[in-house]
Amino acid sequence: MIETEFTPYAAMAGGALIGLASVMLMALRGRIFGATGILLGVLRPASSSDWTWRALLLAGMFTGPLIYTLFAGSGPAIQVPVAPAALIIGGLLVGLGVTYGGGCTSGHGVCGMARLSPRSFVATGSFMIATTITVFVIRHVIGG
Amino acid sequence: MMRHILTYLTGVIFGTGIVLSGMSNPSKVLNFFDFAGIWDPSLAFVMGAAVVVAFIGYRFVLRRPKPVFEARFDIPASRTIDMRLIAGSAVFGVGWGVAGFCPGGAIPAVSTLNPSVLIFVASLIAGMLLARSIMRIGAARQSRAA
Repeated sequence: MIETEFTPYAAMAGGALIGLASVMLMALRGRIFGATGILLGVLRPASSSDWTWRALLLAGMFTGPLIYTLFAGSGPAIQVPVAPAALIIGGLLVGLGVTYGGGCTSGHGVCGMARLSPRSFVATGSFMIATTITVFVIRHVIGG
Repeated sequence: MMRHILTYLTGVIFGTGIVLSGMSNPSKVLNFFDFAGIWDPSLAFVMGAAVVVAFIGYRFVLRRPKPVFEARFDIPASRTIDMRLIAGSAVFGVGWGVAGFCPGGAIPAVSTLNPSVLIFVASLIAGMLLARSIMRIGAARQSRAA
């Protein structure tokens, strides 16, 4: 476990940018900003025009951390408190889950909730509860 | 050309927001869920700000007849709340709790070439492709049975 500082201003500014990007994608392309949908659309494109805008979006997403580094003077903090095996198991579960659940934190948690979709409220509630229980079990039942 | 530049910029804004917010830092993410331990409430402010901005922005955008560069809005129409939605999201939540990365948090951070991010994203892609293969086999079986 690594303790982290409470950073409300960076959190709100970052969140506002995520919200702004979601609004821009809806205004420009009429789409929900779902990170997994965009990634899958680049790997398994339905058509070439579909591929182009998702690839541009993905390229932009990759550029974000570089812009951050330029302004902050150092790269973003990525402190990983888990073993590589946990990253692999977690990654597989996330991939399976988002495909069946039809979205992740950005698609359901931000865009879906913002447009008051009942499906997204249920999905977000479900993953937030599951994550809380998982972290509790790993840190305080198994690890405690 | 303009449409390509603006689409790219949309991604830049998202990626910058993700790293600024701390969503690509697994310690910060996991500490948010650790109410019984070293709790860091930051994530609530990320989600709160993102939802408020998107909620207000969508009001204005969805009032227009169509998006700027497409013929129509392409918004999920399904209203079905079923086990697939609930269980799928729960499995995602377990994975998020195990790894500390969610797709939106990890994907922009790929450009940092951080090995943990690369391991997670590779596993994420494997999981998504695996789920699609399982779905396809299931659909093929169903159509054969019918």
